[in-house]
Amino acid sequence: MNMRTATTGTSAGIEMRYVLSRADFDLDVDLDIPMRGITGVFGESGAGKTSLLRCIAGLERPSSGRLVVDGSVWQDTASRRSLPVHQREIGYVFQEPRLFSHLTVHRNLDYGRRRAQRRGVNVEFEQIVALLGLESMLQRMPDALSGGEAQRVSIARALLCEPRFVLMDEPLAALDKARRAEILPFLDRLHTELSVPIIYVSHNIGEISALCDQLLVMRRGRVIADGDLQSVLMRTDLPALAGEEAGSVVVAKVGSYDAEYDLTCVRFSGGELLVAGRHEPGSELRVRVRANDVSLCRARPSSTTILNILPAVVDSIDPDADATVLVHLSLGSDRLIARVTRRSSTELNLQVGDEVFAQIKSVAVRNVLQFGTALPQ
Amino acid sequence: MGPLLLSIQLATITTLVLLIVGTPLAWWLAHTPSRWKPAIQATVALPIVLPPTVIGFYLLIVLGPYGAVGRWWVEVTGTALTFSFTGLVIASCIYSLPFAVQPLLVAFQSLGRRDIEAARTLGASPLDAFFSVAAPLSAHGFLNAIVLSFAHTLGEFGVVLMVGGNIPGETRVISIAIYDHVESLDYAAAHQMSALLLVFAFVVLLSMFVINRRLLKR
Repeated sequence: MNMRTATTGTSAGIEMRYVLSRADFDLDVDLDIPMRGITGVFGESGAGKTSLLRCIAGLERPSSGRLVVDGSVWQDTASRRSLPVHQREIGYVFQEPRLFSHLTVHRNLDYGRRRAQRRGVNVEFEQIVALLGLESMLQRMPDALSGGEAQRVSIARALLCEPRFVLMDEPLAALDKARRAEILPFLDRLHTELSVPIIYVSHNIGEISALCDQLLVMRRGRVIADGDLQSVLMRTDLPALAGEEAGSVVVAKVGSYDAEYDLTCVRFSGGELLVAGRHEPGSELRVRVRANDVSLCRARPSSTTILNILPAVVDSIDPDADATVLVHLSLGSDRLIARVTRRSSTELNLQVGDEVFAQIKSVAVRNVLQFGTALPQ
Repeated sequence: MGPLLLSIQLATITTLVLLIVGTPLAWWLAHTPSRWKPAIQATVALPIVLPPTVIGFYLLIVLGPYGAVGRWWVEVTGTALTFSFTGLVIASCIYSLPFAVQPLLVAFQSLGRRDIEAARTLGASPLDAFFSVAAPLSAHGFLNAIVLSFAHTLGEFGVVLMVGGNIPGETRVISIAIYDHVESLDYAAAHQMSALLLVFAFVVLLSMFVINRRLLKR
């Protein structure tokens, strides 16, 4: 994910350089994507995210470009080389499921599996079917599936052709909130149980925060930021990451569960947080904290309804909207963002290096599986 | 060979040739960004508009022993194309081309690229993707193309008369035979053949609509 790292032709990863002219924008990218984990591609619609994926898959012809995957050249316009789509060892999950309506679910799943003589990740049919919960629908026709079920089948179908990596183009965008919440856990399981790298395009920062390890941000056909998820999310100088959904992600370890109040205590480098619901003790939890849910105090408040109050140090105070500023905070080795009014910032006389207390509404603390869904207050 | 059998034979061969030629042509028309597309489309559609005699007249000239194609044919095979069954097949193919291409074009256009792209990313070569995904999903288009080009060839008259003439067993198809019988005032024979053709045409069209309905229901 580091654009500055020199790469050799034999490195494991995807090296690409593409120039593609479209009516509304020019795609112009030059980057390396590591062959591990989930790499998020984030940006507004029309930023070139889909065009980027289609270039990698060979579905789009770039005016010039070079694509090297794990050291082998898939495309090089300079030498007029381009591997045809069906010989590129990829899995592609489109925004719509694109299941073949004349074939049963089972035969849809077999379609790629039969054709793939690939050296990518080795997967078992039963394993994938179980992973995506498809056991009961194998004999059904695609028309008889709900949108969420169909998309799960299409994800399984892409994985079963044993790709080197999977390209996912907003696989949840066509679904409503409930269906999205239904699929996210399956995607999260892919992440933890399979070693297949995924490039995941989305314009939903909640999904990105829930799933991705690395993140690159695109705008008007160019990559404007890339790096590991947590540090890119702090780039609130980028308009795409400074909106309503601005926030950060911390990884926490699950501790004890308080059955009486249905709260779980989780620990991260900045201290302890209380999270709604029961979570598996000892497991790791991704906690997303939106800037809008963090407020600041000079002294530790004593009587407040807010449970999560942690000491923090002010890293920077960045301009936001006219009335608000974004305060970046350090808590241990983790970081949070707080959106406070400019007036409060002035009245508290906030300065870089100040020690403050961050109040986090407990309802705003979300685990991976609940990202994108609103918890009741 | 009887005129009805000859007609069926001509229609069958024409339909087969049109499937082989018309499918790639329709596929190309459905997907090409070429600026020549309208010109090609108009050319393919010409037989719908022109009177059969006009097409027949030009074909007679081109396929005749002094025409560009006809002369070459004589040089290669030693026989003339005009007033032969082979010439009739060529003429029928041109005459019925739009009736094969149009339904296929509509089917391919409504199919779009989406399923093909999905098949390609799943490891299917272009040809594989066509036969395993595009063709079955365009089944109704193929059915329409087959029935329409078959029926249209069966019913042709003007072109046959111009290019094929009236040679029993070679070019004397059923429409010509009926015309002959009427000319010679043999109404009984004309009735018999006409009724035969009427029933045959009805049965063919009926089965098309029945199968089509099943395909759409699936």
